[in-house]
Amino acid sequence: MEEYIIQKLIDITGKENAKVTIAQRLAYSYDATANFQAMPDLVLSPANMGEIQQIVKTCSEYRIPIISRGSGTNLAAGTVPNAGGVILLFNRMNRVLDFDEENLTITVQPGVVTQHINELVEPKGLFYPPDPSSMKISTIGGNVSENSGGLRGLKYGVTRDYVKGLSVVLPNGEILKTGGKLTKDVAGYDLTSLFVGSEGTIGVITEITLGLIPTPQTKQTLLVFYDQLETAAQTVSSIIAAKVVPTTLEFMDKGTIENVEDYMKIGLPTDCEAMLLIELDGDMQTVGKEMQLVLKICKEHGAKSTQLAQSEEEALQLSTARRVALSVLARKRPTTILEDATVPRSEIANMVKEIQRIADKYNLMIFTFGHAGDGNLHPTCLTDARDKEEMERVEAAFSEIFDSALRLGGTITGEHGVGEMKAPYLEWKIGESGIEVMKGIKQSIDPLNIMNPGKIFAKDRKQRVVVHS
Amino acid sequence: MTTALQERMQQAFVTHVDDDRLMDCMRCGFCLPACPTYIHSNFDETQSPRGRIALMRAVRDGQIMWDGSVEESFDLCLGCRACEPACPAGVQYGTLIEETREAILSAKSQTMKEKVIRKGAFDHLFADQKKMHTAVNLVTFYQKSGLQKVVRKIGFLDLFPPFMKEMESVIPDPPKRKRPQGQQGEVKVKVAFFAGCLMDTMFNETNRNTIAILEKLGCEVVIPKNQQCCGALHGHSGELEKSKRNAKRNMEAFQLDDIDYIVNNAGGCGAFLEEYDKLFADDPRLYEKAKQFTAKQIDISSLFVKLGIVDFLEKLPKKSTSKLVTYQDSCHLRNVTGVKDEPRQILKAVQDCTFIELPNADLCCGSAGIYNLLQPKMSSVILKSKMQKVQEVSAGTVITTNPGCLLQMKVGIEREGLTSTTQAMHLVDFIYERIFAQ
Ligand SMILES: Cc1cc2nc3c(=O)[nH]c(=O)nc-3n(C[C@H](O)[C@H](O)[C@H](O)COP(=O)(O)OP(=O)(O)OC[C@H]3O[C@@H](n4cnc5c(N)ncnc54)[C@H](O)[C@@H]3O)c2cc1C
Ligand code: SF4
Ligand code: SF4
Repeated sequence: MEEYIIQKLIDITGKENAKVTIAQRLAYSYDATANFQAMPDLVLSPANMGEIQQIVKTCSEYRIPIISRGSGTNLAAGTVPNAGGVILLFNRMNRVLDFDEENLTITVQPGVVTQHINELVEPKGLFYPPDPSSMKISTIGGNVSENSGGLRGLKYGVTRDYVKGLSVVLPNGEILKTGGKLTKDVAGYDLTSLFVGSEGTIGVITEITLGLIPTPQTKQTLLVFYDQLETAAQTVSSIIAAKVVPTTLEFMDKGTIENVEDYMKIGLPTDCEAMLLIELDGDMQTVGKEMQLVLKICKEHGAKSTQLAQSEEEALQLSTARRVALSVLARKRPTTILEDATVPRSEIANMVKEIQRIADKYNLMIFTFGHAGDGNLHPTCLTDARDKEEMERVEAAFSEIFDSALRLGGTITGEHGVGEMKAPYLEWKIGESGIEVMKGIKQSIDPLNIMNPGKIFAKDRKQRVVVHS
Repeated sequence: MTTALQERMQQAFVTHVDDDRLMDCMRCGFCLPACPTYIHSNFDETQSPRGRIALMRAVRDGQIMWDGSVEESFDLCLGCRACEPACPAGVQYGTLIEETREAILSAKSQTMKEKVIRKGAFDHLFADQKKMHTAVNLVTFYQKSGLQKVVRKIGFLDLFPPFMKEMESVIPDPPKRKRPQGQQGEVKVKVAFFAGCLMDTMFNETNRNTIAILEKLGCEVVIPKNQQCCGALHGHSGELEKSKRNAKRNMEAFQLDDIDYIVNNAGGCGAFLEEYDKLFADDPRLYEKAKQFTAKQIDISSLFVKLGIVDFLEKLPKKSTSKLVTYQDSCHLRNVTGVKDEPRQILKAVQDCTFIELPNADLCCGSAGIYNLLQPKMSSVILKSKMQKVQEVSAGTVITTNPGCLLQMKVGIEREGLTSTTQAMHLVDFIYERIFAQ
């Protein structure tokens, strides 16, 4: 980028809010995705929508890429500036604009950290359900742009289900306002939904109105162990079929259980194939009744053992095993690659077996845990990015995992997004016509391709090797 | 164009900064909200643990060239290690930043053609007028405050220029004075006391109080001769060889067979003592010895609790009206030693005061060893926000468990003009008053 353009851009935010040094640019050259990195030319922290408009107009004049960035925790290389350009930060746009207890909405700027929203509304007896594990640090702008999910997704849905309205600076510098505090709104195309999960590729989100719901009265936590993957999976299906919708229905495979137990020594049985963590919430009476039903279903499906928390502390203890899964695994090898291949609930056992088969085939360490209730699995590969040969096997294995997920009626990503990392696989999921429609949308909103270029749409598509197993 | 220094720097990083340790970081960002410099730089990734690790990697791999901006990021790190408990991948950040500082130091001193002998990390303190000014302000403050008397005995000013050297030479001639009480009754536990250099000079009284309370609770206390500064200040500024030297001497000074614990009353020292095994991880000859040494370490709050202080305090008669006290964690006690409940338990057990939790007590106060002298700007921002929290809870007493924090809190109270309402005290002194002062 030429010096005078950089200067022009810096003039918009002022020197104090621009980062240009080597150290500063390096610190914004990556996100949470292993093996992706590229230096931006400039990092800007605008104060308001007006400054963003000026930045966007200038960038559009000189065809400079703009990469919106929350906290850089995405797992799809969504904020890596692979074509250089300007990183846009929202650290100065992190205020709550309006908390409306009558309409049960909260309007915030994109830089607000997800957890702060809950800290703010909880004392009022309200809550914002989407809870990605990264919520202590992820921003709401990032959550909306990735349509993030969380542990409570089964019962309460994902980010999309709570986004009611948005303000967006479009690639031409104009402002678009969608939705509002309304529960019903069918005025034309659902543009709000279009921007949710758009990964910064069609505009800069500057204001977000979210819906809130009343906090459930109580919660109960149960841990169940199984000798067979199938019976664990059948339990999941049967619980839903019995019209009980747990808040949380989490799964861990044998390898994950063994590693957690090895590291934490919390008394998990290591001779079992699967573990489920089940949490129910709601009013006391219903939760009590439903828990009895769940226990019965677990037993009917041959659960090896069950543990029902008798107190809040015990509940916390029981859920520890699942909560620490990633950190325990991450300690095993230098590089951790966390994927989120997702299948219909009924295919979980098949998918986990596929993952185990593929791990064996490529001689890799892949363990699986995840959100069993919604079929969103996290096959986690422990490897070493310095080992080129092994990394090739990792890539081949993940290609095959994506392929298996698709064959089972699933998707390549349930909640992490496409970004740069999964762009080569997108066509596998949505087909050529899907790509064409998406490209058409992108083209009509961002004809100069300045908004997060190189994301979602790949330069090269990946050859899909059809595997017969 | 690459300069000689840049080349050396990369080489030094390759030599000193462990590649495997760097690889442990998966860039998840979970450490960001725990990092005081990230928070107080308005969420600048350059001033975050993840950013610093990425910078270490980038310098090591030759991906970027060393320059002032890179150096500043490392300089601004408090070394508080709040990033470690927050990290799901178990990244050993404390070791990484020490290795980094060692690398920087070695690359720089090699470049200095004139063979200027490094007098210690404090040279640059005097090269900078502004920093000097802050140091002088601190001194003025000490002279005005009640600390002056103790301070003058050892010459506080002398602490600064050849700081390290002083540190070593001011190590105690134990035992200095007649013990206040002397052990009475049955000996429950035998402990060796690690006096700590700063604690033994500026806070000598706290050390005496520590011994008095321990004896009251049934300990026999020995103070081994020839003990040295723990080596933390050397280690934190990159002089790892010097800290190893001190560590060796300390390992010789303490006779482990004789004692149940080695107790310290300075969170920072304790954490460093506890990691002597890491220091000698590559030295099979000393590693085992270091392991035995570290196994005996305990901090004063944990030992007090083990000795039943909670019960003891609860049984004391209530004397005055209830005052509000709060507690500021010592970073290393909390983040490295992992002690956070014990000091609070003790304070809650005190009859004539009410304990109130300080919001963000786990965030560093900005003292961080000598950081407040080297990075006055960031340090004041951090301290200012800390003082705001103290005012929010309107606590009359702020308790700490580390001399550096204690000084910093005193500075903060003075700066904000709170001296008439608020005082800072070491946990030990506070408890001592409760037990002994009639
Ligand atoms: C350990 C770990 C656990 C995780 N757990 C979960 C989980 O349980 N569920 C889940 O769904 N995800 C999870 N994630 C992924 C990640 O945290 C989410 O994708 C999160 O929403 C990213 O938020 P962020 O603020 O870090 O956004 P970033 O990573 O900074 O950005 C994400 C995307 O949003 C775009 N963007 C950001 N702000 C704006 C804006 N204002 N306007 C336009 N575009 C914008 C960026 O360009 C980018 O494409 C996890 C990640 C990690 C590292
Ligand atoms: S929490 Fe640990 S692994 Fe995650 S970015 Fe920080 S240091 Fe790296
Ligand atoms: S040691 Fe403290 S200041 Fe340094 S990176 Fe870690 S949390 Fe931040």
